[in-house]
Amino acid sequence: MRPILICALSSTLLALPAIAAAAAGEAFASTYQPLASSATVLRHATVLIGNGQRLDNADVLLRDGKIAALGTQLQVPDGSLEIDARDKWVTPGLIDVHSHLGVYASPGVTASADGNEMSAPVTAQVWAEHGVWPQDPGFAKALAGGITSMQVLPGSANLIGGRGVTLKNVPATTMQAMKFAGAPHGLKMACGENPKRVYGTRMQSPMTRMGNMAGYRAAFSEAREYAEQWADYAKATAKAGKDKKTEPAKAPKRDLRLDTLAAVLNGEIQVHIHCYRADEMANMIALADEFGFKIAAFHHGVEAYKIADVLAKEHICGALWADWWGFKMEAYDGIEENIALVDRPEGGCAIVHSDSAEGIQRLNQEAAKVIGSAQRVGIAIAPERAIRWLTENAARALGVLEHTGTLEAGKMADVVVWNGNPFSVYAKADQVFIDGALLYDRNDPAHQPTSDFMLGQEASP
Amino acid sequence: MNRIMRRVIAFVLLATSSVASAQDVLIRNATVHTASTAGTLRGSDVLVQGGLISAIGNALAAPAGIAIVDANGAPLTPGLFAGVSGIGVEEVSAEPSANDGALVFGATVPQAAQMRPEFDVTLAYNPRSSLLPVARMGGLSFTQLAAGSALGGSIIAGQGAVVRLDGRFDGIPFAEQRALFINLGGNLAPLSGNSRAGAYMLLAQAIAEARSAAPAGSVNTLLTPAGRSALAGYFARGRVLVGVDRAADILRVIAIAQREKLNIVLVGAAEGWLVAAQLAAAKVPVLIDGLENLPGSFDSLGATLENAARLHAAGVAVGFSQRGDASHNARKMRQLAGNAVANGLPWEAGLAGLTAMPAKALGVSHRIGSIEVGKLADLVLWSGDPLEVTNSARQIWLAGKAMPMQSRQTQLRDRYLRAAGPLPRAYP
Repeated sequence: MRPILICALSSTLLALPAIAAAAAGEAFASTYQPLASSATVLRHATVLIGNGQRLDNADVLLRDGKIAALGTQLQVPDGSLEIDARDKWVTPGLIDVHSHLGVYASPGVTASADGNEMSAPVTAQVWAEHGVWPQDPGFAKALAGGITSMQVLPGSANLIGGRGVTLKNVPATTMQAMKFAGAPHGLKMACGENPKRVYGTRMQSPMTRMGNMAGYRAAFSEAREYAEQWADYAKATAKAGKDKKTEPAKAPKRDLRLDTLAAVLNGEIQVHIHCYRADEMANMIALADEFGFKIAAFHHGVEAYKIADVLAKEHICGALWADWWGFKMEAYDGIEENIALVDRPEGGCAIVHSDSAEGIQRLNQEAAKVIGSAQRVGIAIAPERAIRWLTENAARALGVLEHTGTLEAGKMADVVVWNGNPFSVYAKADQVFIDGALLYDRNDPAHQPTSDFMLGQEASP
Repeated sequence: MNRIMRRVIAFVLLATSSVASAQDVLIRNATVHTASTAGTLRGSDVLVQGGLISAIGNALAAPAGIAIVDANGAPLTPGLFAGVSGIGVEEVSAEPSANDGALVFGATVPQAAQMRPEFDVTLAYNPRSSLLPVARMGGLSFTQLAAGSALGGSIIAGQGAVVRLDGRFDGIPFAEQRALFINLGGNLAPLSGNSRAGAYMLLAQAIAEARSAAPAGSVNTLLTPAGRSALAGYFARGRVLVGVDRAADILRVIAIAQREKLNIVLVGAAEGWLVAAQLAAAKVPVLIDGLENLPGSFDSLGATLENAARLHAAGVAVGFSQRGDASHNARKMRQLAGNAVANGLPWEAGLAGLTAMPAKALGVSHRIGSIEVGKLADLVLWSGDPLEVTNSARQIWLAGKAMPMQSRQTQLRDRYLRAAGPLPRAYP
């Protein structure tokens, strides 16, 4: 298994306690409970484990919500549900690291445009999870496409847009009942055109890329000072505890915006940066070095192929589209082989992301397009390698690889059974399991969720 | 490996350019998807002379000196439709200086003068746009240039035309096949007094003015004299492409078209399947987005991946066009058709939706859209099933000319694919 370098590195960078941040992290705790499931064995499948390996004619046993075993002719507990998966392909549940489901829900009405707090360039205090509408019909469509987990992020209007949340893609009435327990928060940052356009047109800073960088630096300088105040407070409190005569220290004033950024400096939050151009990504790496935080992934990274070696060396993932380009200037240099080239170096971490309610439904097709375009330049990419872009690498960027993202024993039984090779326009998810429970079955309407919003609509499809 | 491949490609290009006419070629042993009543011909040859398809059959005699391409059984299709787009009109979507697709006067002129059917987007067409080679790499050979409706503009967006993506300055071959664009729906309500009923009111007024029901120069007229004349032209000939999704609106549009004798094609039609019988009876073709299955607005609550299959089964002519960034992402058109096929549309209808159907609906089927003798030789040789996203175009011919399989994107790719050398990559 790939070492979880992100966590290992970030914890050594700054040894500042973040008392306030830790307290904030426990708020809005997950209430997610896996649905009841019986032991299930998938027999005779082509299995893409998610870690680069493939098993042919293999069995996968799901038990107590976990992957219990992989192999051939597995002995299974009495009463296990047997599924004949001959001619089918089995993969880990797909993970989208960049979704706005719930915060930019369907239908796209003004009342539920809750993804961009465009009131200041740094809004680290806002959390995407507070804008998530669990009845977004897009969740169910994504489930039918094999998505079992996703990170819902704030939009990119701001330099620092707020916290992202990782959800399990289960139908629920509350966000908390979808929240992935134990997943770290993400921080959404944005480079380039969007923040400078949003604020520049208001004659405010940032108006230029210079202003963008000044904005990040000011925010993290403030956060460093804030974290130090809390560290001093922690030291003083400890001292007061030992020495009864000392006056109890006064706690610094709690600041929700700086809580988030202090937690970033402490390595408790995964940093996700919307950044298109190669030169800007290099500047963001320098920013991270200056303040001692770690970047989990550059998102969109249309020019990531220009610095694929740097990204691999820095252990930064590229969360990318298969083929989007040209809709703005910083997307002008897009190429169809971007993902393949980011995947290519030793240690490269390529991720197929969607940023789209349409794209999230067919990440497998996005990856298939990349396989096809790589083929044109003589780069052969096997399915067992490509699946990592949608599973293992995505889980790594979200900091949940120890829980999900591959079909290794002991991990969550987040599993998709495909009607064939998933890297095809004709592929369909037949069944989707989340924590061992059957959440979707293409051939059984009783296992196809419908959101409250779609219920009873006269024009329902 | 890559260097070798590049040499092979260079050799092929050299070979094709050394023959007497660059518009003659004999393609041997292809699986020819004709997109015509002839269906699919296996192991067939296609002979191209003077830019036209001159013969189709087995073991055709090779004229002296002609370039021969052995397809080795690979699929050969007509050049594909790139959808209703702004290819050549929209270089960078977000840059006003590089996007000419919609007329937006905004507050600078009174609302009454914002409806300009005389707006002709083809005058902004740049055949040397970087989007053309990118589209050709995806096997796309023609598009319907669209005039768009944007806030500050009008529901009658203006005119466009079909253009072949050959990059030539000397024209838009199908300039005579003009189309007027009208866009309806809740998202455009601000253009009609914040009500879709207002859109029908304004349309009725504009039509009445064009039919000279109001004396020119009356107060509160919507159209300029040029606009009246442009709109009136569509009563007799040409096509009206109507962007519309909600089933109830589709029925209203059909009624207006029948009353005013307009030749309409629907674009979008997310809820088309709900009124499939009426569309079939009125013989109205539709261009739909085969990936659309979300209720993106209250106009498309009925969106489903089975829209194409259901419409086709009801006898409606179904083709494809993309919502979203239709210009840059035009190469996604094959994926739209592929998904429609994965959701019940017969494969042949999927391919027809990218070829013969749009050519017919847009009035250019006498020249393009199928592989038939006498048609322009706009052809694509594929690595496999053209609707399968892992496959790619190996070669595209436009009027028999083998177009270079290169774009700005492949050059960027090749620049960064090679190992770093002593000089920066900016050097060749």
